Amino acid sequence: MAKYLLLKHYRGAPAPVNDVPMDRWTPEEISAHVRYMHDFADRLEATGEFVDGQALSPEGTFVRYDGEGRPPVTDGPFAETKDLIAGWMVIDVETYERALELAGELSAAPGAGGKPIHEWLEVRPFLAAPPTITE
Amino acid sequence: MDEVLLRTLTPAVTGVLVRRGADFAAAEDAVQDALVEAVRVWPDDPPCDPKGWLVTVAWRRFLDAARSDASRRHREARVEHEPAPGPVQEGDDTLRLYFLCAHPSLTPASAVALTLRAVGGLTTRQIAQAYLVPEATMAQRISRAKRTVAGVRFDRPGDVATVLRVLYLVFNEGYSGDVDLAAEAIRLTRRLAAAIDHPEAAGLLALMLLHHARRPARTGPGGRLVPLAEQDRGRWDTRLIAEGVGVLQTALARDRLGEFQAQAAIAALHADARTAAETDWVQIVEWYDELVRLTGSPVARLNRAVAVGEADGPRAGLAALAGLDPALPRHAAVAAYLHERDGDPVTAARLYAEAARAAPSLPECEHLTRQAARLNARLRG
Repeated sequence: MAKYLLLKHYRGAPAPVNDVPMDRWTPEEISAHVRYMHDFADRLEATGEFVDGQALSPEGTFVRYDGEGRPPVTDGPFAETKDLIAGWMVIDVETYERALELAGELSAAPGAGGKPIHEWLEVRPFLAAPPTITE
Repeated sequence: MDEVLLRTLTPAVTGVLVRRGADFAAAEDAVQDALVEAVRVWPDDPPCDPKGWLVTVAWRRFLDAARSDASRRHREARVEHEPAPGPVQEGDDTLRLYFLCAHPSLTPASAVALTLRAVGGLTTRQIAQAYLVPEATMAQRISRAKRTVAGVRFDRPGDVATVLRVLYLVFNEGYSGDVDLAAEAIRLTRRLAAAIDHPEAAGLLALMLLHHARRPARTGPGGRLVPLAEQDRGRWDTRLIAEGVGVLQTALARDRLGEFQAQAAIAALHADARTAAETDWVQIVEWYDELVRLTGSPVARLNRAVAVGEADGPRAGLAALAGLDPALPRHAAVAAYLHERDGDPVTAARLYAEAARAAPSLPECEHLTRQAARLNARLRG
């Protein structure tokens, strides 16, 4: 088994095919979308492939160390930041192909007009622990 | 076996061990061991005196632990001599534990974890699951908390307000994992309210009961939030409401008003309305005035603006909102609601979308986005 992070972006990914902001959908379309996401996670739990899923607030702050005895420097949020993560799902699957297959299903979540959003999700493999047997 | 019944014995048993000379941290560990043993043994061999059984087993565990710790030989000599079981002031023992676990030297998260374990008798694993953190993390939080209160003298009266705040936090965490924290908070608050004569303890119990009564109606399919006005009131738990109102009335009769009683009074007025339209908003505004007077809380002022909007019309609500900091959580959502009622769907839709972006939870974000979508669809059509 190998773990993969499926990343959803507010910004930074190429534009989806069905590119309509959510507050321009109908309330029923939003409900259908939410239901699809719940069902997807439930299904992965049932197959033993779900690890974690979280959504993030769009507001974030950059922070860095500013030297001994000083409080950390904060900056942002930056409206022009190219990349903005909306949330993630971690899956634990047999193969890379399975990870792609599941990301494809997640990207097919229904959006405006009840049609799939075709949004771009980023699939990132986790770096694993080193193997015990090396020769 | 009734696990809750078993857990209700936890604080009293811990109290007995502490009174016999065990320090709190060791006593608490020993009682946890005894609880685990009880879960294993009782189904086949139920004791006739459950509490006596737990005290005996926990005390033995404590002695074993103390003996195995060579560096504590002097303490061993002290505790080896097991005192005869004397009269037990159970209520006092339990109360002391409440105060200790909510001690002001603890952070809120530590106080919550320690209360759930030492007073509530939950296992570290259950508490970790409820708060969605790894078990090892919760175990560390609890042992740090125990170290923090290690030097606290066990016989000083504590501050009821801090205990109430901890129980309020537990209740508000709601339901995740296999432990129902809201029900657990009610159980612990019920015992506290029975053990001390304090109108605010009763007020908090009433507040919890009245909100818990609405829980079945508060979420729809897929965890969708259902606002108060749209809830199916037939699904409210009338038994809990009756109990909550009874507890509140007794507390209010004492004429020592506090914030929990005021909040419970507002919840009781909502519970009292058969339909949303029958809600007595004028009285609710009066209770919010009391709440603002008692707490000065900006959140109370924000909620008051909603009530004013219902009682005196959306313009009055917007006027009440005008003086408040727009950075307040849920400010945009309240403004959106009042603007929609004031016949300005364009502003309302914009504010709902803004509120969705700032929403602190996913269900709220979805709910607010749905509100924006509803208005935008109407504006298009």
